[in-house]
Amino acid sequence: MKPTRVTNAIRSLRFAHGEMTQAELADRIGVTRQTVIAIEQSRYSPSLEMAFRIARVFGVSLDDVFKYSEDEEEMA
Amino acid sequence: MTADMAYEERNTWISGVATFVSYVVYLGIVLLRAKGIPLADVQYVAPLLWTLASSIIASIVGCVVGACLWGKGCGKKDVRDREIERFGGYVGQSFMCMGGSAALILAILEADHFWIANAIYLGCVLSTVLGSITKIVAYRRGLGFC
Repeated sequence: MKPTRVTNAIRSLRFAHGEMTQAELADRIGVTRQTVIAIEQSRYSPSLEMAFRIARVFGVSLDDVFKYSEDEEEMA
Repeated sequence: MTADMAYEERNTWISGVATFVSYVVYLGIVLLRAKGIPLADVQYVAPLLWTLASSIIASIVGCVVGACLWGKGCGKKDVRDREIERFGGYVGQSFMCMGGSAALILAILEADHFWIANAIYLGCVLSTVLGSITKIVAYRRGLGFC
């Protein structure tokens, strides 16, 4: 079970954007690489502001990056 | 401890371990000196001050050495680090309050200085060690688990 219901597509978006590294994304949104790892693994829910910054880096909407799982099963 | 660990997480490990080890050393010295005499009569002031100072110095030196060995991201702190630090601080402070309250009660009861000083010292140690454990768990498993 993951500690947050917020899931994300950051990993696939990074690869779709020229295999962007976690360090590069971290630099662009102004956090540490460990925070990007924690967000990708759904161990940390970013603030709304950080979520918008991530979406802006990939040039997509917030919904394309983050999903909120309604079911417990989806989180497993 | 690896290069992949966040700068703040590494420093949390260092201060937690340094505090725990120095307190174990202090307890060892006090218990060794207590052979044949009541605990309250043990000369505890010098070991207490030395181990307290040692833990602070060891934490600083450890953080500097850690920064030299794994300097990447050194000093960089983001919003997640601050949230975890605040959460660990809440947990740590509660033990500090307990230590202070215990010392207050002991003072009201006119207990020996030994017990009052040790209640405060134990409160400080628990505050640092349990605060550090909370932060490390939050770093590893996320704030949602705490």
